[in-house]
Amino acid sequence: MSAPGTDMVSDADPRSGERLMAPVARRIVGVLALVTLAALVIVGLWVAPPDEFQGDAQRLMYIHVPAAWLAYLAFGVTAVSSALYLWPRTRSLVWDRVAGASAELGVVFTALCLLLGSLWGRPVWGVWWAWDARLVTTAVLFFLYLGYLALRRVPATLDVRAKRCAIAALIAFIDVPIVHFSVTWWRTLHQEATVFNPELDAEIHGTMALALWIGVLAFTLLYVYLLDLRYRLEVLDEDRDERELEAAIADRVQGGPPRETVGASS
Amino acid sequence: MTDVGYVIAGWVITAVVLAVYWLSILWRIRRGERSEP
Repeated sequence: MSAPGTDMVSDADPRSGERLMAPVARRIVGVLALVTLAALVIVGLWVAPPDEFQGDAQRLMYIHVPAAWLAYLAFGVTAVSSALYLWPRTRSLVWDRVAGASAELGVVFTALCLLLGSLWGRPVWGVWWAWDARLVTTAVLFFLYLGYLALRRVPATLDVRAKRCAIAALIAFIDVPIVHFSVTWWRTLHQEATVFNPELDAEIHGTMALALWIGVLAFTLLYVYLLDLRYRLEVLDEDRDERELEAAIADRVQGGPPRETVGASS
Repeated sequence: MTDVGYVIAGWVITAVVLAVYWLSILWRIRRGERSEP
C-alpha cells in the first residue's frame, strides 16, 4: 500500500491520489481476508469449546470483540487523518478522503458491535439492553460518527468540508478512550477488558484466544480491503459533484433554469 | 430461543451486513465509473 503521505497532493489538485492501493495488492488483501474469515467460522463455531458459564453464547464474542476493535481502529484512523489534514505541512485532500472512508467503516462496525452485544446480552444478562456506561458511551460513539457522516454531506467546497469535518472528527474521537475505560472508571454490568486490561494480563487462553485473534486479524484485513474500495468511491463522488457543479454554473451563466444545489456527498 | 439460536442469528446478521455493505460499495463504484466522461 502506498501511504497517502507519499503521494502528497495540494488542495489545488484534488484528483491526485485516486487510489490507496494497487489493484493487485487490494486483491491479495481481499483473498487473505476471506481465508481468515473462513478460519474464524471454523475455529469460532466448531473448534473452540463452549464457555464454562456462558455456554455457546460465548461464540458471539469472537465477532463482537473484533467489531469493537475495528471501531476503535477506524475512528483512530479518522482522527489521525483529520489531524494530518489540519496540520498545514501535511494538508492534503487524500487525508480527508481517508478520514471519511474510515469513519463510515467505523459506523458499520460500531453498529455490528452494538447489535452483537445485544444478542449476547439477552441469553447471558437476561436483557437486550442495559443503561450501562459501556453500552451508553458506545451508542453515543455511534451517533457522534453518524453526525460526522451527515456533516460530510452538507454542501460546501471540498476544502471547507474537509476542515470542518476534521475538527468534528477530532472532537468525536474524545469518546473513544471514554468507551474503552468506562468499565474501569465506573461500576458497570459490562465486564472489564479481557485482553487489554490495566494489568495487560490477558485472562483468556487456548483455542478461545486463538479464535479471538483470528477474528481480530480477519476483521482488520477486511477493514483494509474495504477502506481502499471506500476511498475510491470518495474520489468518484468528488468528481461527480464537481461535474454537476460546473454544469449548474454553466446553466446559470447561460440564463437557464437553476438546478438543485450540488452537495459534496460521500 | 436457545443460546445456539442467538449465536447463529449474530453470525448470520454479521455476514449479511458485511456482504451487503461490500456489494453496495462495489455497485456505487461501478455506477460512478460508468458516469465518468
